[in-house]
Amino acid sequence: MSQQTTTRTLKVNGEEHRIAFSLHHSLLEVLREELGLTGTKHGCELGECGTCTVLIDGKPILSCLELAAECEGREVETVEGMMQGNELHPLQACFADLGAAQCGYCTPGILMAAKALLQRNESPTRDEIITALAGNLCRCTGYHKIIESIEWAAARLRGDEKFEPPKRAIYGESIPGETVSDA
Amino acid sequence: MHDTDPVEEKTVVPTSDELRLIGTPFRRVDGRAKVTGQTRFADDLSFARMVHMKLVRSTVPHARIVKIDTAKAQEMPGVVGILTGDSMPDPFGILPVSQDEHALCIDKVRFVGDPVVAVAALTEDQAHEAALTVEVEYESLETIASVEEAVANPEPRIHDYGDEGNLHKKLSMSFGDVDSGFEEADQIFEDVLFFEGNTHLPMEQHATVALTEETDRVTVYSSTQTPHYLHRSLAKVLGLPAARIRVIACPNGGGFGGKSDPFNHEICAAKMALKLGRPVKICLTREEVFYCHRGRHPVLMKIRTGVKKDGTLTAQHLQTALDGGAYGSYGVASTYYTGALQTVTYELPKYRFDSIRAFTNKPPCGPKRGHGTPQPRFAFEVHLDKIAHQLSIDPADLRLQQLVAADSVTTNWLKVGSMGLGKCIEAVVAGSGWRERYGNLPEGRGLGLACGSYLSGAGLPIYWNHMPQSGVQLQLDRSGGVALFCGETEIGQGSDSVIAAITAEILGIDLHDIRLCVADTDLTPVDLGSYSSRVTLMAGNAAIQAAERARDLVAKGAAEKLDVPARELVFADGQVFHGENPDNGMSFSDAVIAAESRFGTLGTTGSYTPPRSPGRYRGAGVGPSPAYSYSAAVVETEVDPETGLYRIEHVWMAHDVGKCINPALVMGQIEGSVYMGLGEAMMEEQVFRRLPKKRSNALVHKHPSLLEYKSPTFAEMPPVTSYIIEDPDPNGPFGAKEVGQGPLLPMMPAVANSIFDAVGVRVDQVPIAPHMIRQAIEARDRGKEARFGPKSFPQIDFGVPLQVPTPAEGGDGKAINIEEAGVRSGTGTMTERKDSVKGDN
Amino acid sequence: MLRLPAFQFLQPSTLQEAADQLAIDPANTRLVAGGTDLWPNMKRRHQGAGTVISLRGIEELSGIEETNDGDLVIGATTTLDVIIDDERVQQRYPALMTAVESISSPLLRNAGTIGGNLCLDTRCTYYNQNEEWRRSIDYCMKEEGETCWVAPSSPRCWAVSSGDSVPMLCALGAEISLVSKQGERSLPLADLFLDDGIEYLSKRPDEIVTRIQLSAPSGERTAFWKLRRRGSIDFGVLSVAVAGWCNGDSTDRIEIWLGSVGSTPVRCADSIASLIGKPLDDESIAEAAALARKSAGANPLGNTDFVPQWRGKMIEKYVDAVLREVAGLTRQRMKPNHG
Repeated sequence: MSQQTTTRTLKVNGEEHRIAFSLHHSLLEVLREELGLTGTKHGCELGECGTCTVLIDGKPILSCLELAAECEGREVETVEGMMQGNELHPLQACFADLGAAQCGYCTPGILMAAKALLQRNESPTRDEIITALAGNLCRCTGYHKIIESIEWAAARLRGDEKFEPPKRAIYGESIPGETVSDA
Repeated sequence: MHDTDPVEEKTVVPTSDELRLIGTPFRRVDGRAKVTGQTRFADDLSFARMVHMKLVRSTVPHARIVKIDTAKAQEMPGVVGILTGDSMPDPFGILPVSQDEHALCIDKVRFVGDPVVAVAALTEDQAHEAALTVEVEYESLETIASVEEAVANPEPRIHDYGDEGNLHKKLSMSFGDVDSGFEEADQIFEDVLFFEGNTHLPMEQHATVALTEETDRVTVYSSTQTPHYLHRSLAKVLGLPAARIRVIACPNGGGFGGKSDPFNHEICAAKMALKLGRPVKICLTREEVFYCHRGRHPVLMKIRTGVKKDGTLTAQHLQTALDGGAYGSYGVASTYYTGALQTVTYELPKYRFDSIRAFTNKPPCGPKRGHGTPQPRFAFEVHLDKIAHQLSIDPADLRLQQLVAADSVTTNWLKVGSMGLGKCIEAVVAGSGWRERYGNLPEGRGLGLACGSYLSGAGLPIYWNHMPQSGVQLQLDRSGGVALFCGETEIGQGSDSVIAAITAEILGIDLHDIRLCVADTDLTPVDLGSYSSRVTLMAGNAAIQAAERARDLVAKGAAEKLDVPARELVFADGQVFHGENPDNGMSFSDAVIAAESRFGTLGTTGSYTPPRSPGRYRGAGVGPSPAYSYSAAVVETEVDPETGLYRIEHVWMAHDVGKCINPALVMGQIEGSVYMGLGEAMMEEQVFRRLPKKRSNALVHKHPSLLEYKSPTFAEMPPVTSYIIEDPDPNGPFGAKEVGQGPLLPMMPAVANSIFDAVGVRVDQVPIAPHMIRQAIEARDRGKEARFGPKSFPQIDFGVPLQVPTPAEGGDGKAINIEEAGVRSGTGTMTERKDSVKGDN
Repeated sequence: MLRLPAFQFLQPSTLQEAADQLAIDPANTRLVAGGTDLWPNMKRRHQGAGTVISLRGIEELSGIEETNDGDLVIGATTTLDVIIDDERVQQRYPALMTAVESISSPLLRNAGTIGGNLCLDTRCTYYNQNEEWRRSIDYCMKEEGETCWVAPSSPRCWAVSSGDSVPMLCALGAEISLVSKQGERSLPLADLFLDDGIEYLSKRPDEIVTRIQLSAPSGERTAFWKLRRRGSIDFGVLSVAVAGWCNGDSTDRIEIWLGSVGSTPVRCADSIASLIGKPLDDESIAEAAALARKSAGANPLGNTDFVPQWRGKMIEKYVDAVLREVAGLTRQRMKPNHG
């Protein structure tokens, strides 16, 4: 089958791009290879890991299973569009500070899914976070730092500046009996 | 940059309560790049005129290559280059004793997925279409699918080297008079256990981009944990001087040991770039990542331990059988590791260890997080749980009563420094309410305890040499910034942050004034790589040395200006000042200017070589480490006895990290290890499927996909209570030991032990599937042994063991029967193999 | 990166246009809406197509509407997240919501459609593999090969019906509508499925599933349970859907359906017959559960996750548990995590 090429206008991170690409190429391929937006990663290209998640019209979508040709007229948002000027989005800042990104490879996809969650639900419970993120695999963190970062970012987005992640999330639980022996 | 005369006298020795950065939870230096999508992984790179490469991989498990027909592929649209194995005849491999891989197979293929042809085209679409048209004719050979088959079928040999038949490695070692140890015992316990293979599954699929700048000069960007070893393999196979090859390890999107070998695709990309004179990229598919593998060996284990009535261990005899897959990889080291660290947790006065590693027609196994030690640790900790139960001793007490002493030498001659296992056990016992709850929870609910220990870097490099294992170079300039050059590779563990923080701490400057240049063989001093949990300790110590030398130079410059003795100067908060009179000081950048004015361009180096281990016997090279980390875990599990389905409710994990460089990073490693350990305990397995032999010769990976290889999701991860234990080790930077691998080790046995406490049955293998629990319960209900697991260990003649008297027996670390001991020397050496490969063609 | 092979891509904006395009060469044309099944299958090249027609631009195929009789009509290209979020579905068909919520992961449900879930290609671990892998087993009966490797002497293919919404929609008596160039027809959803891994749908290649119609609830009590390894992403290896209409102590009517245990959704006819006229109590439920395992079409084999013998045993345990939930009886142990 010879390749069919198309020219479409894609709106990515609020900016319109008139680009030509092969009609059978996924949004993932076009973002990374035509637009140079390599912040969106890929781990299987079969919809099994969540690594390539982007937002389309505000919904987290697997860009490996979305034809770019079907994204015309829709708002695509990638990790590159998250920063507010030169400032990190609160989700990004909390992820960086708590160590929710280790190797960082699943991070863009998880940030996208988390952003969509917080747009729908400004104070998600832990169970709601787990449910919303359960399609994104991470092999490094064991997920806890991600959950704690989302809780922290949610608080900051709500304007709750007093919220702090629990001390045990950073230093570990205080060692039983240690305070006694110190005293 | 020249190395300024090192000043060995220490100017200021910071004491721990003066530390400003070390021990605080600072944002990792690559944190911002990783949350903004700016981090450039290998597949994110793109160059003008770049072409794309695909590998044609074997579709048969074991065969001679009769004919390779690339004629159709040559004619396919966009194809620009094709490589076959004859263009790269020299073998390679990570270990000098196992140079058994070829960039592309020449004479034989050894597993489904072994690469045979490389095709480059203008687009990846075109390269893939062309690759699908390549026809390879094979003459099938009998396949070996398991250790048992390898033992039973010495022919046909998968390789023409190795200790015998299809056994790659066979070894037997005896530390002390083991028979007398067993005689001292009141009771002898024996178990057979199995640990299924599993794989690293980094989220990033391996990728490489190679490009040429001169006719005979190639640069290779790759997702590798070991740029230095890749560098050596490239030089060997490409036949180029190493100085004409530059390897740059991109940040790895997860490694876990899976990117520690030099790989075929890396060498092929370089070769293709040299052939075409244009950049070549290859990014593997997820299926191909499963074929690269080098993951956890499946290991069958027989463990036999003599125990006194009070629980004291008198002797242990451990036998392990490793299913190595089709190539050597790190396998010889893995084989030793399935026995080496049994001795570093509990006093084991006499110890015998026998092992084989078999070649099988499956992707090669190698080092995964914990390298060779999680399997015997699983066996030992489950075995101890059974012993404790039989002797009615609390499993925590059984362990606490016979911990290896700090600053001691083990039965097999490993030097243990700091040893915080007791504190770890006490923390998880207290935190979990173990004393009240263990054995007393309602049916279906259980607690399990287990421990572990791991290396903070292997004592020896992979190839024999007397050079440092880590190097750091600092360049100071008058802006006050410091450029730090180091060969270490960031794989997500935070090594960039660790070396930057150590340097910033010593120079008293802001973390952001350190500029890192890492993992570039052209620019950075060698670091052996991000494996064996070595970077914090080794690169950290090298950074300390380089930074202290730099500080001393700057201090001399500043001292002259400030008119105080250099040794009385303090470096902190970007200032250099007199400790007794802080008002008498200057900024760090002014101090650098003073030093540069006096000494010229400022640069220092630091390097690290581990201390020599006391063991002097053959095999003593595997196991020694500058420092051992320790961990203990309690796992709480809910089991449905009706179905066998179970859920982990809570994990308490304590880890002795020596000293936290950054607690946030330490917590991340603990929780990540708990996660990966749970995956191995509950569901992850790299398993294979053979079709009915009458109809097919196929032997394939059962499920090379992220859907069917079960990696736990958010939904499976239980709450984790972590305790960071700090028992500083004199060999560690600021006392730090490893944390990247150790906390994984207790997880698998702790889960198995918790299931026993919940429903009273044993599953002596991992991963533990619900049907196994159900079958054990059904067996119990029928009056049979309440157990699911392997029945027996194969009969193997391990030969005369190498006898090594223990320290307690007055030994000197050497073997006493070198002449008669050990296995027969191999039928076919590597040299013979090399000749035969060349001769055949 | 695993990529799609090239194909001709059409984006019609009306149903008529789509039906006309499909009629040209139906055997070589595939329909796509969410793409969460087709694209992976095409990337792995066990489904191919010269032409792919996207149904996304056809407005009339998407959305949930209520008829004057209180029936709910769900357009075939309605995405799964929209169904989960629909208050009418939540209130009237709570077990359907549970079933749809158990499909794969939240990311996939944002794109995947209900029509796609009904037409989901049957699955098998010898089939859902890359082209290169399938070459190494010389392919299988379902695509290019001759042998069904999970049952090598079998004359038929045993790929597994895995749409998680299917057993629940069947238990609720849903009807579907199909449109082709020739016109429209409706049929009970249960009649869409055939017991064969290859020919698993009675739908003709030139037909388009347009909508699913659910009757207004009539006092049924429902429950849905799914067994899978992980709480997300995974397909089911067993799902149990029950809708029961009870009058006092007597069961007037009950539908018990199994998913992912054979090539077709399985109606547990003997279990159903055993319960009619009886109260749902410990004894009747145990009997019905034991009978469920022997239902025609329920034949777990070694082509999914978990070992088949255990999956077979779980049919009884799960049917028992789901019937108990419908009956309002407690169960001792935890509810398995199904997402």
